[in-house]
Amino acid sequence: MSANAQTANAQIARGGHHAHDADHGHGHDSGHAHGTRKTYLIGFALSVVLTAIPFWLVMAEVISNPVTTTFLIMACGLAQILVHMIYFLHMNAKSEGGWTLMAAIFTIIVTLIALVGSLWVMYHLNTNMMPGHTMEATDTPEVP
Amino acid sequence: MSTNVTTASGADAPSFYDLEPHEHAAHGSTHLGFWLYLMSDCLIFASLFAIYGVVGGNYAAGPGPQDLFDLRLVAVSTAALLLSSITYGFAVLDMNEGNQRGTLLWLSLTGLLGAAFMGLTLYEFYHLIHESAVPQRSAFLSAFFVLVGTHALHVFFGIVWLVVLLVQISQRGLVPANRIRVDCLSMFWHFLDVIWIGVFTVVYLMGMLR
Repeated sequence: MSANAQTANAQIARGGHHAHDADHGHGHDSGHAHGTRKTYLIGFALSVVLTAIPFWLVMAEVISNPVTTTFLIMACGLAQILVHMIYFLHMNAKSEGGWTLMAAIFTIIVTLIALVGSLWVMYHLNTNMMPGHTMEATDTPEVP
Repeated sequence: MSTNVTTASGADAPSFYDLEPHEHAAHGSTHLGFWLYLMSDCLIFASLFAIYGVVGGNYAAGPGPQDLFDLRLVAVSTAALLLSSITYGFAVLDMNEGNQRGTLLWLSLTGLLGAAFMGLTLYEFYHLIHESAVPQRSAFLSAFFVLVGTHALHVFFGIVWLVVLLVQISQRGLVPANRIRVDCLSMFWHFLDVIWIGVFTVVYLMGMLR
């Protein structure tokens, strides 16, 4: 066997050994992000606070105006979703070469279109097509 | 033979096969693929939330959220699910340190908290059906049962997966395949917690404000 072939074989052996190591070192080469005890505890503390505030606002009826309360609890919910994404799901621009973030952004856009689009269209459908609408009210006297 | 190897590894010659093994292929694609599955699952929940948002106010002269929901119960089940998130986090940390006993312990605790959440949801459903607040009663109740039921079904399958994983880890140990499974279930479990934030905010808390 020539010197070149031996080098190549040695490379394969080393590469194989490296892959074996990576498996035992829990595949950090995969780019899959991990948390530490500290980040998990920070995320947990934040989510406890962000859960307690909306429940307290509604159960203790802190604010008399329901619209203000609705906006506050929605803000808490969105903040907590972000906390979970960052501290528990380990979202960042680096994991999996940025593809998880791309997929998440795409999903958020489609989710917003589905939610906001449905609510907007159906709201207008309700207000414009329901019986008792002003157009129909002016029409009724003409119909015997 | 010598020339073959030289041309294959040479920079200017076309290379038809790779001598370097790709150690990231199996791990990376599994995690990314599972993440893409979760994102598609997210779209299912988005459409269910949209349905609830559109017809959630149509009670058909039946009971509304204020007649039916018990926020103390929801607060307890939310606490169970939130605690199960941190216990799962500790299971993953113990797994990364190679501590099999700790992993099994934290995973079991996560499963118990998930089971407590499931029990509370089933109790609520039983209570609602007992008060004849069934899905057929109104569009609001149909949308409620489908949205909360789909989430509960996800938690149920998460618990089944977790029990299977407990058996697999106790039989085979923390082998690479089991580590990938624990990582994927971790994503699934935290994802369910994210969906639950939307459920308790939109369905329960905003329902009580109507």
